[in-house]
Amino acid sequence: MALLQFTDNGLYCPDGDFYIDPWKPVNKAVITHAHSDHARAGSTAYLCHRLTKPLLELRLGAHAYQEVEWNEPVFINGVRISLHPAGHVIGSSQIQLEKEGEVWVVSGDYKTEDDGVSGAFEPVRCNSFITESTFGLPIYNWQPQAVQYAQIGEWILQNQQQGYSSVLLAYSLGKAQRVLQAAAMVTDHIFLHGAVANTNDVLVNAGITLPFAKRVTASVTKDELKKAVVIAPSSVLDSPWLKRFTPYRVAICSGWMQVRGNKRRQNADAGFAISDHADWNGLLQAVKATGAEQVYVTHGFQSAFSRYLQEQGIQAAEVVTQYGEAFETDDVPSSTQEQQP
Amino acid sequence: MKIFATLVHTLGSSTGSNEKLAALAHYFSTADDRDKVWVIALFSGRRPKRLVTSTQLKQWCYETATLPDWLFNECYDTVGDLAETISLLLPEATATAASLPLHVFFEQLLALATATEEEKKAYVLQQWQQLSKDECFVFNKFITGGFRIGVSQKTIVNALAKSVQLDASTIAHRISGNWNPATITFEQLLSATAAAEDLSKPYPFYLAYALEQPLEEMGTAADWQAEWKWDGIRGQMIQRNAELFVWSRGEELMTDKFPEYQSLTELLPAGTVLDGEIICMPPNSKEVKPLPFAILQTRIGRKQVTRKQLQEAPAAFIAYDLLEWEGKDIRQLPLAQRRKLLEQLIQQIQHPVLHVSPVITFNNWQLLEELRTQARENGSEGLMLKQLHSVYQSGRKRGDWWKWKIDPLVIDCVLIYAQKGHGRRSNLYTDYTFAVKDGDRLVSFTKAYSGLTDEEFAAVDAFVKRNSLEKFGPVRTVKPELVFEIAFEGIAKSSRHKSGVALRFPRMSRWRKDKTVDEINTLEDLRQLLLQYGK
Ligand SMILES: [Zn+2]
Ligand SMILES: [Zn+2]
Repeated sequence: MALLQFTDNGLYCPDGDFYIDPWKPVNKAVITHAHSDHARAGSTAYLCHRLTKPLLELRLGAHAYQEVEWNEPVFINGVRISLHPAGHVIGSSQIQLEKEGEVWVVSGDYKTEDDGVSGAFEPVRCNSFITESTFGLPIYNWQPQAVQYAQIGEWILQNQQQGYSSVLLAYSLGKAQRVLQAAAMVTDHIFLHGAVANTNDVLVNAGITLPFAKRVTASVTKDELKKAVVIAPSSVLDSPWLKRFTPYRVAICSGWMQVRGNKRRQNADAGFAISDHADWNGLLQAVKATGAEQVYVTHGFQSAFSRYLQEQGIQAAEVVTQYGEAFETDDVPSSTQEQQP
Repeated sequence: MKIFATLVHTLGSSTGSNEKLAALAHYFSTADDRDKVWVIALFSGRRPKRLVTSTQLKQWCYETATLPDWLFNECYDTVGDLAETISLLLPEATATAASLPLHVFFEQLLALATATEEEKKAYVLQQWQQLSKDECFVFNKFITGGFRIGVSQKTIVNALAKSVQLDASTIAHRISGNWNPATITFEQLLSATAAAEDLSKPYPFYLAYALEQPLEEMGTAADWQAEWKWDGIRGQMIQRNAELFVWSRGEELMTDKFPEYQSLTELLPAGTVLDGEIICMPPNSKEVKPLPFAILQTRIGRKQVTRKQLQEAPAAFIAYDLLEWEGKDIRQLPLAQRRKLLEQLIQQIQHPVLHVSPVITFNNWQLLEELRTQARENGSEGLMLKQLHSVYQSGRKRGDWWKWKIDPLVIDCVLIYAQKGHGRRSNLYTDYTFAVKDGDRLVSFTKAYSGLTDEEFAAVDAFVKRNSLEKFGPVRTVKPELVFEIAFEGIAKSSRHKSGVALRFPRMSRWRKDKTVDEINTLEDLRQLLLQYGK
């Protein structure tokens, strides 16, 4: 019997009787990271990284959470479980399972470039590797983070010069913290949407250092918002919430912005192809570094990526899961302190 | 090249037309004169011929990037644009040579026109190694001859007007017509003498907006001239120095495509420019009654006109206006005077295919409204209203001229196939095929791509993804459930379509959420429309 099985509820370990990132409520769930397509409410007990726990509490409310550190093994019914940095967002982890010499690794979401906040991706040797493929086409190759940050900084400065505020749309866990760092390199006049501010509060509480930024509340005057940088989830695009920043320009920060058509389709002024997922070369590197005999591809361009791996002589199969969406959705509660549209 | 690539990038990502204008104006006031000439050429549709085929380019790209061809195609499907796909797939530029000026590229491309495939390939691969992603994208667009950026000629002209001391309509005139970006200088292009020397040079067309106010607010009916709006190709016929030139509104020189007009060279006095409509109609027709547009279409796009075509699709010219008379630009004379001269001229020369567009007599607005209902039977698309004192302006202007088209024909039908759009819509299913009922069969009869809002497109896209029955390559067969009203301007017989008809300008005018597939129109309804309006 395989150590992991693909079931209707999600990835299941029969020996240990637990699930990894299940999409239906189960008894015991091991969670790779706090994004909504991986961590869902309703399970009885959760196991996750120390930094993921407060984020789950924010999103899913109070539950039985067990926290572990990276490389700190726990045993469930004789299955050895250990978490390893995935480099995707703060707390994100790959999950390694081992029993009787057979090793599986579930990548969750990951990126191979070290972003300086999420922990550097650690390749883990295994027999079977389950990889994501959100950007599993060779058109997706990212610029180094330093270059992307410089582009964002330049855009902000140009807007300030011309009297505009800069609204940066980013997923509130992960991208928002990186964009905040990029912005903080050129200005300290930064505001956060409630959803981002709540996430940041939790992270700061957990001991993460983030640049200072103010929360947008009803009491912030229009004058204070002039030429400011605003970081908000993409759900605010085309919503009246943005009005208070007029005149403003909007940029979307997402790997999908790599393609011109996507930039234009979204009603935005700029797009930065900055992602928390591995690019094509990152995926290939990661897969090779595991030395896995069998690769399962989920979550994205699975058919193209698995076919390509096959042609490279790597056993690969595509697996349909319920992870990932074309454009990420954000469900961090935006605030208890502010009325949202 | 770098500066131009940045311009293209800015134009492509800016959402407002003022920003586009500003970016262009900035370019024109800073760029090298030799580059500007090429930019004007590109934006006014004078694209260089394609140097290589898409197939060659694809192949060179996946060889260079060491990718299997299926993966290349997968990427192309996702991106939707060949030039962009390639720019994304190529490895980062290695040899960062200094960026060459734009005009140098075009000189190189022209020099390569007669080169062998090997030479072309070597050149392209070398450029690919040196160009940044944005430059590479633009370069690929050049060599595939597919350069098109959504900026109107009007915007170009206005941007130029900001950087040179000329008004927009003068610029529009000077950059029109026959000129070669490889040999002309920026100064020559915009100079008055060059314009005077170019015998073929057409005037910028005066275009009308659709009527915006009720007729009663237009003032006295007696101040207006009404004509039918013919559905053909708007054109200018020029005779200067015993040479004849025929231009389309798209600034294509079409003289050779219409041998019917040749004998006018001797009949028209030198220094004559007529504005009118190219249509199909038998020679010596007593009244203006064009054949369907579909017939005219058989004359376009062919290099050689066959005798059979001349017989089956005889061309005529319906003159609307006289712009130049006895070598003098008379666009500033009032319409009433130009019209009088025009009528005299055409009366005098009595040519079998040259007609004057008849004026509709009406003495009150109500009568005109009634007459308009006959437009379709007359083979026209509606009415034109022109102030009798109006001068002939340049470009699309409000006020003196209005077009008043008849309401489109409509038919209710069901969505049966969907395909992903290209470019801007490359990730959405936005290209649709529709069917009408024939008994309990569905018969496809038209495609349509436009008319829905972004939200509606997104909703249909979601429906397509959830309700696909089959996949044939990029096409998905969709559960026949969504009903749309398709509006169109004309209908013609067609043996190439299963339904036997072809529509002109079909677009989705309404999403009929109130109707089910049982309530859509039938093939018989289409045939009735064909009988009524197909001739
Ligand atoms: Zn994630
Ligand atoms: Zn995910």
